Parts: sequence; structure tokens; C-alpha cells
Amino acid sequence: MDVLQHLADGFAISLLPLNLGVLILGVTVGLFIGAMPGLGSVNGVAILLPITFLVPPASAIIFLAAIYYGAMYGGAISSILLGIPGASTAVATTFDGRPLAQKGQAGLALIAAAVGSFVGGTVSVVLFTLFAAPLADVALAFGPAEEFALVLLAFTTFLALGGDDVLKTVIMIVLGLVLSTVGLDLISGQPRLIFGDLPGFYSGISFLVLAIGLYGVGEILWTIEQTRHKPQVMPAHIRFSDLVAGFRALKSSVMAMASGSLLGYFVGMLPAAGATPASLMAYGVAKSTSRRPEEFGKGAVEGVVAPETANNAASTGSLLPMLTLGIPGSPTTALLLGGMVMWGLMPGPMLFIEQPEFVWGLISSLYTANVFAVVINLALIPLFVWSLRMPLPVLCALVLVLCIVGGYTPNQKMHDVWLIAAFGIAGYVLRKLDYPLAPLVLALVLGPLMEKSLRQALIAAQGDVTTFIERPISGTFIAIALLLFLLPLIRKLRHLPLFKRAAASSGSSA
Amino acid sequence: MRVAELMVAALLMGLSGYFMLHATALPIGWEPGAGPGGGAFPFWLSLIMLAAVGGVFLRQFAGLLADRGSSRPFVTRAALRDLLFVGLSLVATIALIHVVGAYVAIPLFLLFYLRVMGNRGWRLTATLALVTPVVVFFFFEVALKILLPKGITEPLFIPLYTLLF
Repeated sequence: MDVLQHLADGFAISLLPLNLGVLILGVTVGLFIGAMPGLGSVNGVAILLPITFLVPPASAIIFLAAIYYGAMYGGAISSILLGIPGASTAVATTFDGRPLAQKGQAGLALIAAAVGSFVGGTVSVVLFTLFAAPLADVALAFGPAEEFALVLLAFTTFLALGGDDVLKTVIMIVLGLVLSTVGLDLISGQPRLIFGDLPGFYSGISFLVLAIGLYGVGEILWTIEQTRHKPQVMPAHIRFSDLVAGFRALKSSVMAMASGSLLGYFVGMLPAAGATPASLMAYGVAKSTSRRPEEFGKGAVEGVVAPETANNAASTGSLLPMLTLGIPGSPTTALLLGGMVMWGLMPGPMLFIEQPEFVWGLISSLYTANVFAVVINLALIPLFVWSLRMPLPVLCALVLVLCIVGGYTPNQKMHDVWLIAAFGIAGYVLRKLDYPLAPLVLALVLGPLMEKSLRQALIAAQGDVTTFIERPISGTFIAIALLLFLLPLIRKLRHLPLFKRAAASSGSSA
Repeated sequence: MRVAELMVAALLMGLSGYFMLHATALPIGWEPGAGPGGGAFPFWLSLIMLAAVGGVFLRQFAGLLADRGSSRPFVTRAALRDLLFVGLSLVATIALIHVVGAYVAIPLFLLFYLRVMGNRGWRLTATLALVTPVVVFFFFEVALKILLPKGITEPLFIPLYTLLF
């Protein structure tokens, strides 16, 4: 088996002391970030990306992926103990997690969440391992025309599946694309849109600056406005007997885990969907297939297991298109992609050929991350319960300091810090008015690829636009994109409530 | 809320117009045999943005005419006070970094934020205000060799540099 050989080589790299060390650190930090209300995987990765310059690129990506993973586990902790989701991806966990905690079964809920996360994470990593190399092989045949069509397809999924206002989604996508053109034109080398010749704009707008602004500063402003009341921490004690009882209770949730894993993985691959809708959908499926649907919402274990399984599976799913195609499946993977580009690792099919040890090291680290996440999660529950009592002002102040310092360090320009403040305030206002932020980040990351592939394809075809339709793969992508683009229109005409989002106000970070 | 929607839409329309104007610095038309010119991508996308924002603006405007005075506020007064507090202290801190450097501005920010805005005790405030810059210094300057801006306090660090490097 080719895959097993690759995986074994990968483990040889990911189990190196340094990589194992950053993995454990990343999972622990991720659990903490996920548990703190107001911070999720995307905020954690955005704020901590600058400090990963300390270690080699492979270790840095393993660290960031571990944060991503840990945050998915950690989100459940405050959903259960505080009743407010620690991250938007854990919204569905509050539905049954909070009632369980109020009945005095917080320990059981936490165990169910951790085990569900582990199953979802592991099943999806296995799927990931099987799909990654074949998909990368297919993607090797992609030329600029296919790349352009694929990026277009990624954006149209936001219109069809994003669940946000279509016009506002279009605005955010286009704004991100235009912002990505700031700087030097990549073909003629001339400066564009440099805002009155400010030298800081010549190097373009870094995705990191936008991400720290939106998800660091903007998120803090959002949290300050939203949490004007003090939530109450539910007590949770876990003894060994609770563990045994917890695992016994999980027997009835096997179906919820299976459907959550598959649903999460495939929904997670779609750029517009991601972990939040995946967990809501898994909750819905678990409820409708359960033998006791009437218990949902009153403290059903399955109602905790299903969304937690799905959001972890989705986070792995969103890594697949990022690594194999260079198209991120979620805002967090968009940041990982940006980070990899910064370190000179261009995600896409060529990465599997040129840097196999990096790719398989990362994939194998996901297996290890899952094991450590579930162990650390269960072992440190008392610590997380205690940390939820950390006063909000302290958290906000420290995050803002990290935004300033972390925003300055990559390029060492105060220009970037000012931009972060501006993006933070603008991001808060836009989010308040229901402008989706995820497409903006994705567009800024994908913008250069989209423009480059469009112009390369046209130069190769000597200005002939039909090249996009005549090439079979690219033509198929364009056709699907067109369909997805028209879907909101068709739906509006027929008033079909295809996608009922249970938590439309749950925010855009996933 | 409506007024905020209209204001933001108007701002975004202005922004897209600005983008379009500046994109024309490079050719925005079709270059024979080579596809669009360097300014085309931003220009035509800004035009799409202008149209979409225009749609949002008109929709809000129609709503404004339909239900006069029934809109809820964008933020409550108390929340606005907090937000202004945080926003202004952040901007002031960044401005201060230019003058007195990060190692004076950040402790000042923490002191102000935790004590005045967060209403925390002196012990916690002072601890964080003193420990944070030390941690930042050792992490970024010593471990990563990235120098943070120091403004007029630069000479004070020279003995430290000679000691550590």
C-alpha cells in the first residue's frame, strides 16, 4: 500500500521531538482558545501565526493545525459550562450541552463532546488520507483555466450555500478580490491602487493584516458589545466512575457519530459551508433519526455528540481542498494557506510531489493531534473550568496587545498595525450589519491566484475567452458555478426554504 | 440600524468609485491577443461592487420610506461608550508607539484598559502591565531577533542590547 508507506514516512517526521512538542503545545493552546468565548480557531490562528516564525515551516504548520484541532474540541467546553458557544462552530452543542449541565451532568456532556470530537476527527482523517493523493493526482492536470474556474466555483458556493444576504456576499467577495490587487501588478509590474502613493501599499495588503484586524480586533469589539451580562459557570467534576458511565452512555450515539463524521467531512470541504453549518446539520440529522427525538433540547447525549463529531470532521474536511487544490475550505484554512505561501510552500498538487515529507508529516500529525486532544481535554477539564472564570477585560487587553505586536512583527511596519486597527473597526461594523466576513478573507487569499490564472489562461489562448468552456474540466466547473450562482435566484422565485439555518446570527467564523 | 446601513452602503459606494478611478491608471480594456490589461481586474470588479452596494442602498432606502422611525438603534448607548473607549485607546496606543515606543505604550495601554475600563484591582493591573512587556521583549527581541519600534526610548535599550547580543 502506497498510502501506508507515505503515512509511515509522515509519522517519522511528525513524531520528531520538536514537532511532537509544538503539536502538544498547539492542541493545549487550541483547547484554551476554543473554550474562551469570543475566541475560536480562526482568531487563534490569526493572532498566533506571527509568532510561529520561531520554528521551521513544517513545525509551524503542524502547530497551527493543532490549534485548529484543539479549538474544535475546546468550543464545546464553554457551550456546556457557560451555555454560550466558545466558538461559532459549537453553537449546536449548546442546545443539549447546557440542559445536561443544568441537570448536573456536565461531566457526562464534556465526555460525550470529547469522544464525539475524537471519533469525528479520526474518521475524517482516515478519509482525508485516502482521498488526498488521488485528488492531488487529478489536480495535476489543472492548467490556469481550470484554476480560474475552480476559484470561481469556490466563490459561488458562498452565494448558493452561505445562507447570507446574496448582495452583501457579492460585495464582500468583490471587495476582497479588489483589495488583493493592491500593490504591484503581477504581469506588468506597475503599481496599482496604492492610495495616494503610500509606500506601505506597494507590497500589497497581507492576508495576515486583514485576518488579525477582522478576527482579532474586530472580534474583541464584537465580544465587548455582546457580553454585557455575566454568564454563570456550571460546576463539573469528573471521577473515574463518570468516565465509565460516560462511555456506556455513548453506546446509543454510534449512529449520531457515524452520520456526523461523514456529513461533517463532506460539508467541511465546501468553502462556504464549513464547521458551523455542518454541526447544525448533523444535529438536525441526529434528531430526526433518533429513537427518542423528544429528548433533544432537554439534554440528549446524542445532541452533544452529533454536532461535536461533525465540527471536528469538518475541520479536517476543509483541509483537503486547501492542501490538494490550493482552495481553502474555511477561513481558518485560508489563513493556513496564507501562512504556507509566506513560508514558500505553495499548496496544491505540486506540493505532494515536491514536498511529500511535509505533506505526509502534516497528515500524520492530525492523527496524533486527535489522540492528544482527547487526552488533554479530559485530563485538564478542571483547568478549563477555572480558566473560564478569567475576567473578560484581561483577555481583551492581552489579545489587543498580541494583535498590535503580532501585526507588526511579520513585516516590521507600523503601516500594518494601523491597517489592522482600521480593518478591526470596519470589520466590526460590517459584521454588525450582517455582511459576511469569511468570503472577504477567502477572496483576499485567492485573489492573486484568480487574477493570475485568468490572465495566464487568456494569454495562452491568445485572448480567446472560449478556452474556459472548451476545456472539459474547466467547462464543468464553470457550469456548476453558473448553477450555484443561479440557485439563490431560483430559490427566491419558488420560496423554497432549502437551508434553514438555526442560528443565522451565529457569526461567520468557522 | 437603517441609518447605519445607508451610511455604510454609501461609504462602500464611494470606495468602489475610488477603486475604479485609480484602476484606470493601468489599461482596463482588452489587450489584443493577451486578454485584459493590468487595471481591468480591479476596475470591472469594482463596478460589480458598485452595482451590488447600490442594490443594498436602494433596498434600505425603500425600507426607510416604508417604516419611518421604527428602527432599533445600531448599538445601545452603554455599549457605544465601551466601544469608543476600546477603539480610542487602541488608536492612541498605536500613535504612542511612534513617539515613545512599544515598551512604554503597551504598559500604559494595559494600565489604562484594566484599571479604568476593566475596573480591575491595582495588583492585577500592575502585574500584567509589568510582566507583559518583559515577556514581549524576551520573546520577540531576544528569541526571534525582531526589534519592536522604540521611538525616543531607543537609547535606553542600548545597554540591554550590549548585554544580550
